Amino acid sequence: MSIPEGPRANLPQRRSLSRRVTSWFNAHPRATLRTLLAGPLGWIGLVYLGSLLVLLLHAFWAKDSFTGKVEPFNWTLDAFIQIASNPVYSTIALRTIGIALLVTITDVLLALPIAYYMARIASPRKRGLLLVAVTMPLWASYLVKVYAWRTILQGNGFLGWALAPFGIEGPGLSEITNAWIVLSYLWLPYMILPIYAGLERIPNSLLEASADLGGRAGMTFRRVIFPQLIPALAAGSIFTFSLSLGDYIVPDLVADAKFIGNVIYDNSALGNFPVAAAFSILPVVVMIGYLLVTRRLGAFDSL
Amino acid sequence: MKRAKGFALMAGLALLVAACGGSSTSSEPASSEKPAGWLESVGAGEGALNLIIWEGYAERGAVDPAYDWVTGFEAETGCMVNTTSMTDSANGVQLLQSGEYDGGSFSGDASVRLMKAGDVAPVNVGLLANYPNVFGGLKDKAHNSMDGMPYGVPHGRGANVLMWNTAAVTTAPTSWDPVWEGGAAYKGKISVYDSSIYIADAAIHLMATKPELGIKDPYQLNDEQFAAAIALLEVQRDNGAVYWGTAADQITSFASGDLVVGTTWQYQANMLAAEPAIKVDTTLPAEGSTGWSDTWMMATKAAHPNCMYLWMDHMMSAEANAQATVWFGEAPTSEAACEAAEALSPGHCDQFHATDEAYFDKVWYWSTPQADCADDDAATACKDQDAWVEAWTTLRGN
Repeated sequence: MSIPEGPRANLPQRRSLSRRVTSWFNAHPRATLRTLLAGPLGWIGLVYLGSLLVLLLHAFWAKDSFTGKVEPFNWTLDAFIQIASNPVYSTIALRTIGIALLVTITDVLLALPIAYYMARIASPRKRGLLLVAVTMPLWASYLVKVYAWRTILQGNGFLGWALAPFGIEGPGLSEITNAWIVLSYLWLPYMILPIYAGLERIPNSLLEASADLGGRAGMTFRRVIFPQLIPALAAGSIFTFSLSLGDYIVPDLVADAKFIGNVIYDNSALGNFPVAAAFSILPVVVMIGYLLVTRRLGAFDSL
Repeated sequence: MKRAKGFALMAGLALLVAACGGSSTSSEPASSEKPAGWLESVGAGEGALNLIIWEGYAERGAVDPAYDWVTGFEAETGCMVNTTSMTDSANGVQLLQSGEYDGGSFSGDASVRLMKAGDVAPVNVGLLANYPNVFGGLKDKAHNSMDGMPYGVPHGRGANVLMWNTAAVTTAPTSWDPVWEGGAAYKGKISVYDSSIYIADAAIHLMATKPELGIKDPYQLNDEQFAAAIALLEVQRDNGAVYWGTAADQITSFASGDLVVGTTWQYQANMLAAEPAIKVDTTLPAEGSTGWSDTWMMATKAAHPNCMYLWMDHMMSAEANAQATVWFGEAPTSEAACEAAEALSPGHCDQFHATDEAYFDKVWYWSTPQADCADDDAATACKDQDAWVEAWTTLRGN
């Protein structure tokens, strides 16, 4: 009896390349992890942080005033000097931050009762319907919603028609309050959903304990529910605040006002890229500060 | 796997093309003296064409099937046209500098900057069969040529005009007064172009109302003239001016009756003619106006130069030029185009003064504000483009 000849005979030598690669990775678990993470981390590093770095660099580069071309590595602080020496830029920054804060507060006040009803009072069937209703506006395009608000707000629009019997004129399209209303509308779902999730997590036993100890509704809300909701509120406010801070279409289309984003857009479009880059550092700094505060409030604890 | 093969094949082809290109240039030393982007002949189209346009400059019949000068071009040349609309001239400059476009239709405030920066290539007009038909008055101008070399071909020209809602403004205005000092009568109903170049419109009004300022060119303003223009713009803003960024923005505001008087392109007025609820009229006021003479230019780094040459020639053809200029509401560029336009809109060339040089003498074509006032006098100093942009931000941001 002889050893049968055939493909099996020299199997170890003819192990396929893919087999060898897999077994090597099996033997080196750390390398496996690094290879798996290389893609996404490389993407974040190169595409995301890289483009932010290029933006940052542009703020410190000179440009040719006639052709509008940026001169890389020709260092200057001209863009920052221009922004610092003209008070209009701080007016615009304060206006934008103020509206973003106002939108956030408005959305908290609107979202709390809605989310509370959904999480604690509504029957499961109603809860499902309400969840669909809250997320439904997200199915429609942002621009469609903004243009719909234009037709509501403009002088001869729906609001003007509805208010006419009371002798009140429509607001027209150059009121700053329009930006507040429309932004509050647009970002409301992003506030309701985190609060809803936060409320759902509070066990019933806590509320019962509060009642047993004589806590009325208001006291229970202030001392039991609200402290546990702070992470959810902080998470929701990151959405409403940062989305409002960066918006430049709503202020242009419904309020005829200039926000930080409009100044960045105008300057980049009109060829003053360093000023656009320098001014765009401001919302980045504001958001970093905001995220540090919300982290202290525990917004990221439940992630 | 298939994909990887495709890439390899493409890389191989690219190498081959590069090699061929290298050998042909080395055998022909004269070609190195040609300016960048110069074409000696127009070959077959490359299959695609990426253009920066003014809204309405490349219609494919989507709004009105009768106005379609793109699909025919695509079928004939195989060049598939992709367009991006610029919001204003400087936005067009920035788009072209991104390097992703083959060319576009630029007004004087963009074209001069692009020529001087080397972003656009001189055009070998000998290759364009329709070029000899173009009106002489549109050739070899400061906004489309440099050092006697044409850098593009004309598309059409026109003026920024005053538009009003005839129900609200009952006596037809003959001056720009309703948008300036007379604007108090139309508080909150005045429509203004949201771009720093609009400062020139204030300067044109001041040329008529305050001759003592000595404004000679509304785009080249010294400190005193500039301050007067800004003061006038502040009056307008405080009269409740509403600023439009895109043509669509202004059209919806006029269609709803919210705004009743303002500065516009004839294009918006033509669009509003289809609105049953309102009626608008336009005029070129006595002071004159800003305006444009647009030029199709090719990017120096165009990826599809043959398609761009084919497009430039196409846009000078009688049929395409007639359609495009009737659609937008501007003057065609040749006698043949005027004849073709007659079929689409009787009296078009008279209405837009295509051959009326006296009319266009009243129009200041968009141009770039320069620190040296764009003249040879070393003693003069003017506000440059950046100063205009910043002044506009200050005006609008407060």
